[in-house]
Amino acid sequence: MNNKTVSIVAIVVAIVAIIYGVMQHQQVASLQQQVETLKADAAKAKEEAAKQAAAGPQVAALPGVNLTVVSWGGAYQDSQREAFMKPFAKASGAKITEEEYNGEIAKIRAMVESNNVTWDVIDIDTQTALAACAEGILETIDWGKLGLDRSKFIGGELQACAVPNIVYATVIAYDTTKLNPGPTSIKDLFDLQKFPGKRGLQKNPFINLEWALIADGVAIADVYKVLGTPEGVDRAFAKLDTIKKEVVWWEAGAQPPQLLADGQVAITSAWNGRIYNAVKKDNKPFKIVWDAQGFDWDWWSIPKGGPRVDAAYAFITYSSQPGPMAEQTKYISYGPANRDAIPNVDPAVLPDLPTAPQNMTTALIVDPQFWADKGEELRERFNAWLAK
Amino acid sequence: MVAATAIDNVRTTDGIPLKEKLRRVEQARRLKAFSLVLPLLFFILVSFVLPILAMLWNAVYDPEAVSEELPQTVAALADWDGRATPAEPVFAALVADLQEAQKNKTAALIGKRLNYEISGIRSKVIATARKVEKLDTGPFREAVIAIDAVWAEPETWAAIRRNDSPFTSYYVLAALDLRQGSDGIHRISDDRAIYVAVFLRTFWIGLQVTAWTLLLGFPVAYLLASLPARQANLLMIFVLLPFWTSLLVRTTAWFVLLLDSGVINEMLQLLHFTDEPLKLIFSRFGTIVAMTHIQLPFTLLPIYSVMKTIPPSHVRAARSLGAGPFYAFWRVYFPQTVPGIAAGCLLTFILCLGYYITPALVGGPTDQMVSNFVSTAINTENNWGKASALGAILLAVTLALFVLYNRVIGVDKMKFG
Repeated sequence: MNNKTVSIVAIVVAIVAIIYGVMQHQQVASLQQQVETLKADAAKAKEEAAKQAAAGPQVAALPGVNLTVVSWGGAYQDSQREAFMKPFAKASGAKITEEEYNGEIAKIRAMVESNNVTWDVIDIDTQTALAACAEGILETIDWGKLGLDRSKFIGGELQACAVPNIVYATVIAYDTTKLNPGPTSIKDLFDLQKFPGKRGLQKNPFINLEWALIADGVAIADVYKVLGTPEGVDRAFAKLDTIKKEVVWWEAGAQPPQLLADGQVAITSAWNGRIYNAVKKDNKPFKIVWDAQGFDWDWWSIPKGGPRVDAAYAFITYSSQPGPMAEQTKYISYGPANRDAIPNVDPAVLPDLPTAPQNMTTALIVDPQFWADKGEELRERFNAWLAK
Repeated sequence: MVAATAIDNVRTTDGIPLKEKLRRVEQARRLKAFSLVLPLLFFILVSFVLPILAMLWNAVYDPEAVSEELPQTVAALADWDGRATPAEPVFAALVADLQEAQKNKTAALIGKRLNYEISGIRSKVIATARKVEKLDTGPFREAVIAIDAVWAEPETWAAIRRNDSPFTSYYVLAALDLRQGSDGIHRISDDRAIYVAVFLRTFWIGLQVTAWTLLLGFPVAYLLASLPARQANLLMIFVLLPFWTSLLVRTTAWFVLLLDSGVINEMLQLLHFTDEPLKLIFSRFGTIVAMTHIQLPFTLLPIYSVMKTIPPSHVRAARSLGAGPFYAFWRVYFPQTVPGIAAGCLLTFILCLGYYITPALVGGPTDQMVSNFVSTAINTENNWGKASALGAILLAVTLALFVLYNRVIGVDKMKFG
């Protein structure tokens, strides 16, 4: 980054901070702005958070309750277990049963429709939460009951049925012992001449279509405008066609680090925390390329009509406190959605979080509304494209 | 006459006619036998017949049908000519329906269902439902079109009218890459068509795997049947041991073997047969190898048990009458194994049609079979109608093939041993 960019970024931050001061009681529409304000807010929040952390998160006593929490498995669920499940169980006396899923909305729907809800709290992705909420299979979140300040959460106002949990990024990563020098931009993902070898991509049009357009020369800010047109969709698929033969498609978040470790792919898309975890815990020589990374959320939701809604609320309240949220970053590099947690995060981890200022400058903010509207159509076309 | 009367008059000690008593005893016995079968019958009914019926029902019955959520609109559309934007009464009915839907939070369901046919309309329906809440007095036509121009499109209204009953052919047509337009049924565009190719692929993979299991299994079955019992039993263990291992374990084992850095590729490179790793995993080759391995016992065992029943004296007799070894095998031995081959192949072929986990793990995207798409429809698209339609079509085609098979080979000739 040269001086000019740095000064521009500094000015942008300052301007956004001023705007935020004026609009404090209004909802800030742009997510990018929100993340910028997060940084400006950090100093003020630090004091408050330190106070809260010292007092320890409040927990309701729930002896004898058996709460089922469902998440995405692997390193991510491990981090949640250490930061949320174990301490919550200890403090409240509740017993926590864990399950894993890959975001299958159908399982939630089947439970709610058969009136047999056994999942009490689910970790859910943005699109699924929006769709499930509109179909009425999630509880509407009562923030008063949570006892949390909604404005403190990045993206807190985006969903009626979900509480922001973490901010993650879909990034590309590679093995430094096999590619040296390695890729530096999303264009390199599509450049088979410069970086021969297989590519790992998620079996989903989501992010892949956006990346195809960006690699094809579309500016990050215009991605959804272009992708909204039939020509834009054709263009994205045409770009994906150029690497289709070399792609290995993954479905579970634990797969991409494994594919890299096996040497099955040269470059792979992955959730940033999974790569971070492979580097820190398993000492893998992997490196993340922070370019056009998909900035997105994971959320806590409660399936509608469950028998333990109150306990589910208590769990979400606990897991959304700055203390536990900061604790989670010790295990995985996802950004805590609660702005107050940032001051408690180990400064050494901060640059690895998707919310880190230098990472934000390159981020592609995923548009959940676009995917809620066009998702079905694009998925259908993607599946047809894949099967050919 | 007299004899009959005599029997009619015979009574047991408790005064009931013998004939009547016998009938009662017989009936009680039949009832007892039937009650022993009852648990199984009940089990089959609950775990097999009912789910299949539910699936068939789901394929044509649409619980999210627009007709249930937009009853007045559908009624008002009855006299619509289908070409121009409908008149005021239709819009008034739509506004009333959407206000009701907004109250019941069902607007998203209407939008979702219409979105299957008109992409992107979901959010428009939801937004319109939100906005018409405030409309109390007409004229509604201009007001609604002002909210979103999609309501001026005849195509929108045609889609609503097509869904005027809770029964729909939409899912079955979609599962065959077809679409009901305003001018009849036609094929959807090539960049979206997928399912016909997937069905053909499913049957083609099933056929290939069946052929391979037969080719590999037949000689082994012959060997097993002709060896002395001791050695045959030992060899049988080798056949059965993998058979007893979980399907997932065996598939995962193939996954490890077939990797670019897996045992097979490393070995080939070490021996300098190849410089680059061969594309074994995520390919059709890997899928067929793994499936053949898993299906082998299913083809082999029926053939083996039929072979065991063939007296060795038949071939000896043929040989002693002057037939050559091949002639004796082909004309005397082989025809007697056909019932076993028929049974084994049918078993393997039908089991292959439902494969899910093996192609998912060791196959590439172009090797996925119907069940994979059923899973996608259920789990990620949340479109159970389409999943049911895919299942129903697979069932129908399989039954049709079975009938054809019966014509050619004859199910009554089939023997499992």
